[in-house]
Amino acid sequence: MNNTSILVIDDEPQIRKLLSITLQSNDYKVLEASNGKEGLNQAANHPPDLILLDLGLPDDNGHVVLKHLREWFNNPIIILSVQSGEADIVKALDNGANDYLIKPFRTGELLARVRSALRNAANLSQTPVANFNDLSFDFINRVVRKGKTIIKLTTTEYSLLVLLVRNEGKVLTHRYLLNQVWGPAHQNESQYLRVFIAQLRKKIEADPNRPVHIITESGVGYRFITHDSPMI
Amino acid sequence: MGQSVQRLENLFHRRGGKRAYLISLSIVASVALLGLLLHNLIGYRVVAFMLLVAVSVLAMFLEIIPVLLAAILSALIWNFLFIPPRFTLSVGTPEDRMMLLMYFIIAMINAVLTFKIRQMEKVVKAKEEKAKSVQFYDTLLNTLSHELRTPITSIIGCTDNLQTCSPKLTEKDKAELLNEITVAAIRLNQQVENLLNMSRLESGHFQIKKDWCDISDLIHKTLHRLEPNLQRYKMALYIPEDLPLVKLDFGLMEQVIYNLILNVTKHTPEDTLITLQASCEKEKLILTIADNGNGFPPDELQNVFNKFYRLKGSRAGGTGLGLSIVKGLVEAHHGTVRLENLPVRGSKFTIEIASELSSVNKLRDE
Repeated sequence: MNNTSILVIDDEPQIRKLLSITLQSNDYKVLEASNGKEGLNQAANHPPDLILLDLGLPDDNGHVVLKHLREWFNNPIIILSVQSGEADIVKALDNGANDYLIKPFRTGELLARVRSALRNAANLSQTPVANFNDLSFDFINRVVRKGKTIIKLTTTEYSLLVLLVRNEGKVLTHRYLLNQVWGPAHQNESQYLRVFIAQLRKKIEADPNRPVHIITESGVGYRFITHDSPMI
Repeated sequence: MGQSVQRLENLFHRRGGKRAYLISLSIVASVALLGLLLHNLIGYRVVAFMLLVAVSVLAMFLEIIPVLLAAILSALIWNFLFIPPRFTLSVGTPEDRMMLLMYFIIAMINAVLTFKIRQMEKVVKAKEEKAKSVQFYDTLLNTLSHELRTPITSIIGCTDNLQTCSPKLTEKDKAELLNEITVAAIRLNQQVENLLNMSRLESGHFQIKKDWCDISDLIHKTLHRLEPNLQRYKMALYIPEDLPLVKLDFGLMEQVIYNLILNVTKHTPEDTLITLQASCEKEKLILTIADNGNGFPPDELQNVFNKFYRLKGSRAGGTGLGLSIVKGLVEAHHGTVRLENLPVRGSKFTIEIASELSSVNKLRDE
């Protein structure tokens, strides 16, 4: 048993049970809360390493709980949502959630998201180099290699790619990416993002039409993944 | 012909109130004028029949009160203008008195009978419509309960089996039962999703969020999700390299393409070639999905986009919602979708959506 603790905030006992069993059998310590208030108390008394938060809570809208948590809680928060409404998810991500899962989700997906969120939290200290299977990054010299060949990237392509890679496994919303790479004045000009993502895929993916690194999250954003983080 | 009668009826019938009285008055007045012109030629008694015809015609289209008014008015007019002594309300001969009385009675009976017949027609029509909708919901409930209960039955059966008979089950049996549960749950989820999508579309509170879309990304992403369904099919893609970006709701269009291709795999044999083509012309995106399967029966082409419509003799599975959701989502984009059979074999879906296009394919890079 490792010491990683996960707080599950969900009003459905069935879902809490499922999550507890799944997470415990994967060596996580699980805390449970059945409503927003209880969740906030639990999180304050025993700050967990990660929170799984249901957006559809009865007493307090999940969005409100998320906002309260983010006033002081810095560890990853993954939201659970039944609505496949992208607007809801984007809102939560923009309010500081790290990732999302849409119910019903597969166990493999859940564990992958949890692992990746925890890894990201641990990796906040920025490493000078990173290696992902066929891709390697030298952040100091701003060099990206695919196998042994250096990939020629423009300044914008490089910033976009680094942003995605630094947040490996995490979904980044369109707005966030535009904001970070092009600046707040351009945060609605998503056509830039589309074009640059397409260009990056041509340069780093083996088959740009079947990307294995830069994954589109429909209506939400993009996610950089590597083969060792199995995701669906 | 039927249509023009319908329109005529609408003109008279639907617009009750003042308009009905106006129509009633003016028709009686014009027939009376005609009578004034002709009565020397045909005699004042024939004028009574002319007026009677006018009242009968009115009875076919108007509500009862304006018709009764026309009946009384025409009787008075006939008396005043035509029955000697003319221009008085008095009636000379007992014969004419009888005539006037009978005229009045016939006009009234006419009005009342026609009105009654129309009332009855209405009742019959309402009954028919009700029967139709009862039948529609019966079929719908049958399909739905079948589509939802089958996977639920399978899940309950499998878990019962695993809980009670587990000593006798081999590892292989157990694995198979577990797999059954997964398959059933996924199927159930798909049905529920279809129903939710449909009711969301129907509710009218449906919001689409348009943003610039890379059509190639959209198509490949959808095909990736469909991979398990497409293993035994051949796909041919025609997506021009220089296709502009199009403003669409990515998630919803993904659903559209997903449903269309899934539909092709449901209605065509394995090894069918599915051809997907994208193009843009004049601020318009055109997507076609064609197959070289068996095509659709010509008399059913019209109906495939209808809610809960399923082809006659189609396999179990499916609620007949997939294509109606496609239609709803495309229309939410102010676009059109149509289906046609191809000349040699197979069929083709064509989606056309007018949209802003952006050709910033090669951006200058700072």
